[in-house]
Amino acid sequence: MTFKTLMMTTVATLGLAAAAQAQTVGFSQIGSESGWRAAETTLTKQQAEERGIDLKFSDAQQKQENQIAAMRNFIAQGVDAILIAPVVATGWDSILAEAKEAEIPVVLLDRKVDSSDDMYLTAVGSDLVHEGEVAGKWLVDTVGDKDCRVVELQGTTGSSPAIDRKTGFEKGIAGHDNIEIVRSQTGDFTRSVGKEVMESFLQAENGGENICALYAHNDDMAVGAIQAIKEAGLLPGKDILVVSIDGVPDIFKAMSEGEANATVELTPNMAGPAFDALAAYWKDGTMPPKFIQTDSALYTMQDDPAGQYEARKDLGY
Amino acid sequence: MIRSLRRVAPQLMTLVVLAALVSWFFPSFLQIDMSDGRLVGPVIDILKRGAPVAILAVGMTLVVATGGIDLSVGTVMAITGAVAASALVSGWGVPVALILAVGAGMIAGLWNGCLVAVLGIQPIVATLILMTAGRGIAQLITEGRILTYSDTGFGFLGSGSILGIPVPALLWVLTGVLVALLMRRTALGLLVEAVGVNKRASALAGVNARGLIIVVYMASGLCAALAGIIATADIRGADANNAGLWLELDAILAVVIGGNSLLGGRFSIAASVLGAMIIQTIDTGILLAGFPSEYNLVIKAVLVLAILMIQSPHLASEWALIRMQIARRRAAREQEV
Repeated sequence: MTFKTLMMTTVATLGLAAAAQAQTVGFSQIGSESGWRAAETTLTKQQAEERGIDLKFSDAQQKQENQIAAMRNFIAQGVDAILIAPVVATGWDSILAEAKEAEIPVVLLDRKVDSSDDMYLTAVGSDLVHEGEVAGKWLVDTVGDKDCRVVELQGTTGSSPAIDRKTGFEKGIAGHDNIEIVRSQTGDFTRSVGKEVMESFLQAENGGENICALYAHNDDMAVGAIQAIKEAGLLPGKDILVVSIDGVPDIFKAMSEGEANATVELTPNMAGPAFDALAAYWKDGTMPPKFIQTDSALYTMQDDPAGQYEARKDLGY
Repeated sequence: MIRSLRRVAPQLMTLVVLAALVSWFFPSFLQIDMSDGRLVGPVIDILKRGAPVAILAVGMTLVVATGGIDLSVGTVMAITGAVAASALVSGWGVPVALILAVGAGMIAGLWNGCLVAVLGIQPIVATLILMTAGRGIAQLITEGRILTYSDTGFGFLGSGSILGIPVPALLWVLTGVLVALLMRRTALGLLVEAVGVNKRASALAGVNARGLIIVVYMASGLCAALAGIIATADIRGADANNAGLWLELDAILAVVIGGNSLLGGRFSIAASVLGAMIIQTIDTGILLAGFPSEYNLVIKAVLVLAILMIQSPHLASEWALIRMQIARRRAAREQEV
């Protein structure tokens, strides 16, 4: 085994002088402010291990200066590529120029920067509008021609996921006049506010009898709302359809118990597509597109939610 | 009895006016139905949803009465919630979870009390330390994720009901009544007020001011623990990032709407919990009225400003002065004519 690896490495070294040995990639993560980010870190490490990439990990604790210092460090060490989840959008020009000078490709994960796009190799991320659209389309397909009064739990007012996921959903249901958003309020992306706001929706809509579906901008709010629906004596998933976005373990648990209907996954596996793009680039200099959109997969009750829960619960969400 | 009713009259009147205002936007606001053996209706929701802030306000009233302030209560909610949830997840059972959570709250209060009373650090700074650091402690306990448990017995504290009334509502009423009785049926309330008015003088008069201040912060920690337990029971999980976030400010606001002076001295627990209900009525009313969410905070701020302006003693005397001046000027003009 070792011999084989050794042989292969030797062959590779002889064959492709520049891009040869086990690749070293530096990864500057924002921090661990949410469960999703923790899962992203876990998955990035897993993906690197699977591909035999030596990953150097640096946690910036929400500070841009830490990320810049980490990148400078990576450049000094002469890594083969840098992955970065930038904490803010501005102020990256000079460090990206340093990386470019050292001919180290930089891949942005999940967030974008304001610098011109020839400063980095590519950006991997999710399209928030598309996520909302997938959720909207699911509802359109599910209710068919029946009239459906939808209540919406928005994310934090003014945040870009809240704005984009709202726009996307409206796009998804556009042209279907039988579906109408009757109430829309912010649930602040949290479980407790989601529950509180859902309670008021239920009160305002005749104890919930006038509500056909709930659309929540994230799963946590949906989990809170599901409890509110249960406490009002209704069956979530049947009396009121529940669709949300993110794909955290707890929503899969709710789905396996028949209390949620669908979720659109915001995959924490941003590193997989990034490593794929890098592999192609290292191999023959293929330039990837400037934005690689991750898959916004739809999961419903038919997609083995119990199994999905088991697969996700240890990722650090 | 009549005297204490007169003390809370402004708060009661504010509640009535608010109820009328919300009813205007949402006609069935005061309607209460019975369903599945439990009362349902917006008013019941307010009684239930207002529980954490009302309980925090009880502890905060005592702290404020000594001339202090406790900024850490929201964070202590997160810590105690995390402690309770991790105990449940580890399978230690409800009693142990409750004891650990309450213990954690009282330790937090002891820490605050010692910083204030023993080291003499200003209360706003002393409690700021735990307010900032505490959320980190809570995150360490939950490992940064939302700890979800499946114990229905514990969930009862957040979403169960006894005789149709939600348990959280019963808990805050009980806490308020017990603490008020303890303060008013013994000399304790008077001593707390004495310390708040003049700590040095009360110490010279033989009051154990230092001990009393520590106890008051521990009471606030205990209240925060109760609020944290309710919040955790409500969502069947401990959310270290968001549990009790900014609730310390709502609790202080409740105390202020209750007409208690932040400088310390005389206090009324009944008025503070009514203040908490006023805040919750505003919150729920905004949700029921169905305005776009961008307006939530502005509407809340305007209503709170209006309430505080009406209550302001300064403004009342100013009004009297202006009216007097107008009358005098008119009288002078009439004389000239």
